[in-house]
Amino acid sequence: MISLQINGRKNAVDVEPEMPLLWVLRDEIGLTGTKYGCGVAQCGACTVLIDGVPVKSCSYPVSAASGKNITTIEGLSANSSHPVQLAWKALDVPQCGYCQSGQILAAAALLKRNPQPSDQDIDEAMTNICRCGSYRRIRAGIHQAAKTGKGIPSVIHMSQAPGVGAVSLAAMVDHDHSRPHPTTQEQQALVNDACSASAGCNHNHDQA
Amino acid sequence: MTTTLPSKRTPSTVSRRAFLVSSAAATGALSVGFHVPALAAANANIATDKATAVEVNAWVVIQPNDECIIKIARAEMGQGTSTGLAQLVAEELECDWKKVKIQHITPGENLARKRVWRNMSTGGSRGIRESQEYVRQGGAAARMMLLQAAAKTWSVPVADLKVSKGVITHKPTARTLRFGQVCATAATLAAPDVGTITLKPPHLWTIAGKPLKRLDTDQKVNGSLKYAIDYRPDDILFAAIKIAPVFKSTLKSFDATETLKRRGIKRVVRIDDSTIAVVADNWWRAKTALDAMPIAWEEGENAKVSSASIAEYLREGLTSDKNVFAETNTGKFTETFEKSNKKIESVYSTPFVTHACMEPMNCTVRYTPERAEAWVPTQNAEAALAALADASGLPAEKCEAYNHTLGGGFGRRGGPQDYVRYATIVAKEFPGRPVKVLWSREEDMTHGLFRPIGLCKLQAGLDDKGNLTALSLRVSGQSINAHLAPHNIKDGKDRRQLQGYWPEAGDAQLGYSVPNLKIEYAMRNTHVPVGPWRGVNTNQNAIYLECFMEEVAKASGKDSLEFRRALLKSHPKHLGVLNAVAEKAGWGRTLPNGVHQGIAQFMGYGSYTAAVAEVSVTNGKVKVLRLVLATNCGHVVNPDQVAAQVEGSVAYGFDSLLSESSVMNGRIVESNFDRYPIARMAQLPKIETVLAPTFDFWGGVGEPTICVVAPAIMNAIYTATGKPVRSLPLKNEGLELV
Repeated sequence: MISLQINGRKNAVDVEPEMPLLWVLRDEIGLTGTKYGCGVAQCGACTVLIDGVPVKSCSYPVSAASGKNITTIEGLSANSSHPVQLAWKALDVPQCGYCQSGQILAAAALLKRNPQPSDQDIDEAMTNICRCGSYRRIRAGIHQAAKTGKGIPSVIHMSQAPGVGAVSLAAMVDHDHSRPHPTTQEQQALVNDACSASAGCNHNHDQA
Repeated sequence: MTTTLPSKRTPSTVSRRAFLVSSAAATGALSVGFHVPALAAANANIATDKATAVEVNAWVVIQPNDECIIKIARAEMGQGTSTGLAQLVAEELECDWKKVKIQHITPGENLARKRVWRNMSTGGSRGIRESQEYVRQGGAAARMMLLQAAAKTWSVPVADLKVSKGVITHKPTARTLRFGQVCATAATLAAPDVGTITLKPPHLWTIAGKPLKRLDTDQKVNGSLKYAIDYRPDDILFAAIKIAPVFKSTLKSFDATETLKRRGIKRVVRIDDSTIAVVADNWWRAKTALDAMPIAWEEGENAKVSSASIAEYLREGLTSDKNVFAETNTGKFTETFEKSNKKIESVYSTPFVTHACMEPMNCTVRYTPERAEAWVPTQNAEAALAALADASGLPAEKCEAYNHTLGGGFGRRGGPQDYVRYATIVAKEFPGRPVKVLWSREEDMTHGLFRPIGLCKLQAGLDDKGNLTALSLRVSGQSINAHLAPHNIKDGKDRRQLQGYWPEAGDAQLGYSVPNLKIEYAMRNTHVPVGPWRGVNTNQNAIYLECFMEEVAKASGKDSLEFRRALLKSHPKHLGVLNAVAEKAGWGRTLPNGVHQGIAQFMGYGSYTAAVAEVSVTNGKVKVLRLVLATNCGHVVNPDQVAAQVEGSVAYGFDSLLSESSVMNGRIVESNFDRYPIARMAQLPKIETVLAPTFDFWGGVGEPTICVVAPAIMNAIYTATGKPVRSLPLKNEGLELV
């Protein structure tokens, strides 16, 4: 029997020591919030926290997890109240949602060691795959969840065209979701970004 | 000991189709008067008190506490359709949005009720645009019945009533009744005739057209949402499968002696001539046992096929006159081209790519001789039910499929429900026990329905003023219809492969007017299975045309935007969205050193889209800095969710630049994410969405903007480097996305 401490509770499992933690969680214990995506530690859908550090559970033998504190998405918070979860809901980050358990745990771990991450910090820490393309909102969600971070809503421009008639396009996006054209400041930030990028640096300057 | 269990080939797809056709034939006009409550027990995201819920009509169920349960027939795979459809119903129902819950129906219910909820298939960006009218009518009919019930209760004329947020008011006396108080009476009334229903014009919308929060987010942030892969009753068994690595080859032999001695292994099942499964009490045990099992395959001639041999075959199609059809041949292309002032000629190349849904293919089936049930992620629950019926040998009436939220669909989980068939055959070996067949990522990526490979040869002639007077385009590549739906190829003409080049208005029309125009398709099929890949043929077709138009624009000496504008004059909606994106992106403004713009436009799924990309290129390293994407999808039901789809387009659009499923020795080489690059956070640019709805048509949202992402970026790279990008993925051109 292997003894595991998962989300603050003890579990004893009778499995092969080399069985990946992912399959112990899913098929033996029934904690299915942790997802299978690739099995080779590439996509991050199976991310759990082991002693607070994000780990790809598909490639982590269960025997290595014994005696450590394992946190899965089910144990991140009571009532989905972790700041990352709250930000994810506020910005409607998930689309299909399948990768989000891993994304949320990776984001929570990032914020714990770096409460105000820069975009470059996010780029380096958030390497999990999302096929729906929720990356823009994941980044925005991390900034929103950061202690002093501001939410960065989607940039949605409304464009009036013939045929719209009585429909008020301005009324279609609430204040948090509408922005006029990029300002000169923002365009300058883009210039800075571009200069950095040309020099091989991906750091963005306008989202601090 | 070699275990070979008798396996029954699934009855042909013809019978499945026949079932669906007969179901479709049973569809009557909008039925709003069906009163038997039939609340779905499966996959209910919502707890429903069955005893007290009252079905007003097929779309609307109301609880005495005023909770409104709106029925959803289309699959939810992240595109937000269930929230959007609920907004449309609620808008007409005049209920309180805070009290709305959604519930997906099952195909068994739809079949039992003569398809009252109509089509459940969710693909082609049709979820909302195809059903918006009848779901709104459903909401309106329920409202009319609720008003009628209040009028009856008070014995007053309906004309004296008004309704708002689920509260009906008798205007002369200010008395009120809530929906929950009159729903039982309403359910006994006759449904109004569809002809008497007037739908609200969009400028009066208060729920639709608003950026409301999705109804299905909470369970996605705490791990509680049960995808099909998560369905796990206590007595479940798990199966891993292996499909012949070379497509269309067969199983020669296998040796299960050692396999069956391993811990937890229950059985080895030969599913069909080219597929084998190992069943165990834990999926990892099944998978590792299967990997260790000696299996020999009869690989045949297809094992000689490679990407190089396919390219050679496609190249022949660029000039051949065999198996070619002309979609358009107006004016005199050859004559005009030959005497033109300047000639431009290029060949573009796009590879096979795969869906790689984050939730790998899977299905759980419980079979008994009396009943078969499937728990499945599917874009077409009725096709899943049909596949279950076919493979189980039971009539559809004795089957049910429970459609879970999909962990990505992207076209892979539509019509061909191969994973349902496999699971059913394995489950038949264990009557009464649910068996989950889960594909490994390697099986998922090497046995997909790949986006068709293609080459395209384009020729353009300019007159002495730099005007485009002659254009020809010949696609040589694989056909989706030939693999999945040969009946859609009429008189040898597979028009679907020319999506976006069609002359007729409405769905995927070519926007450019060129006096001498020739558009042709040479069908060249390989042994690799192909299928719809989010955006389908608009993806490669937009790359071919829009990248070539950039070459022609540059050859003409004109600005890329102005050159396109002149050719789009006769198609104001194409032009309108191009103008919108150019304006919002600041096309042509002074850019910092090293930053370059690219532009593209295209039409698909009834919507008009355009993009501007801003990139820098340093020593072959491409950094995409900003993408502005515009769509005119006609009506916008939820601007924030339309924006989410547009933003998401970028990640899938990046596949076109980065990814390739290549062929070696007859099989797909890239079997997992370590070899198949997928866009990651650090590569994504700033993304801005431009919504330019004109409210005079209903277009799709989930797919149309994907196809303009790659060509806008490729055109920006061309401007940056002076060299057109003609072969994908980008690594073929010595380029890398950073």
